[in-house]
Amino acid sequence: MAENMRMRAQLKGDTTEVKVLMTHPMETGRRKNDFGDFIPANFIQLVSAILNGKQVLEAQWGTGISKNPYLTFHLRGAKVGDIVRVNWTDNQGKTGSGEIAVSTA
Amino acid sequence: MTQRRDFLKTLLAAGALALVPIKAFAAIWNAPAFQSIKLQEAMAAMQISNVSLSSDIQIIAPDKAENGAVVQIEVTSRILNTESIAIFVENNPTALIANFEFSEGAEGFVVTRIKMAETSDVIAVIRSGNRYFSAKKRVEVLENGCG
Repeated sequence: MAENMRMRAQLKGDTTEVKVLMTHPMETGRRKNDFGDFIPANFIQLVSAILNGKQVLEAQWGTGISKNPYLTFHLRGAKVGDIVRVNWTDNQGKTGSGEIAVSTA
Repeated sequence: MTQRRDFLKTLLAAGALALVPIKAFAAIWNAPAFQSIKLQEAMAAMQISNVSLSSDIQIIAPDKAENGAVVQIEVTSRILNTESIAIFVENNPTALIANFEFSEGAEGFVVTRIKMAETSDVIAVIRSGNRYFSAKKRVEVLENGCG
């Protein structure tokens, strides 16, 4: 599933900066196609981030997050080599995930 | 003896039942909040009340956004024990954009990119314990990004 997510986790001082770029259309359901039909809503609803198996972040998203969602968050207490995993689920039940090891800046 | 065993079984079953909804609850998308059109309705659906303005919340967003489809928003909370950050855009078709819940060493900080339909206040609401704090930032939008 690496193709639908790009991640980076860098330890800077005692904080790890995690950057995530997901591939997703984030359709609101209010947009029409060239034939005037509404394009069905298709957007990520739940995102969770897990550090070494423990959940550190849980997000709920609506249609107001931009296409190909971008997210940065900060973790304390992570060490170089620790694994950060991110999972998402959209309103159509599709899922995506990615993981990355913490590195130094 | 059978009575006691039955009682224990019932207790175990009740315990298992009690655990399931709690775990499931955490992963349920708050549809009423996300479908609310107005800011106040969305906040009510999230049980947000008695919000006080706080200068310990910083929102970094552009003063002017050329394209409302992608507006980068950074929220930093210096409030002790920040448990969650919710982001709202008052004038969007639905006001609630996202809610981030932090645990296990995640800091009260988030950067994301959002859609804005028109010029509006971007509002961040922080939960700490059972108290709510907020800050807002006006973003002038030149092109509707909600399609």
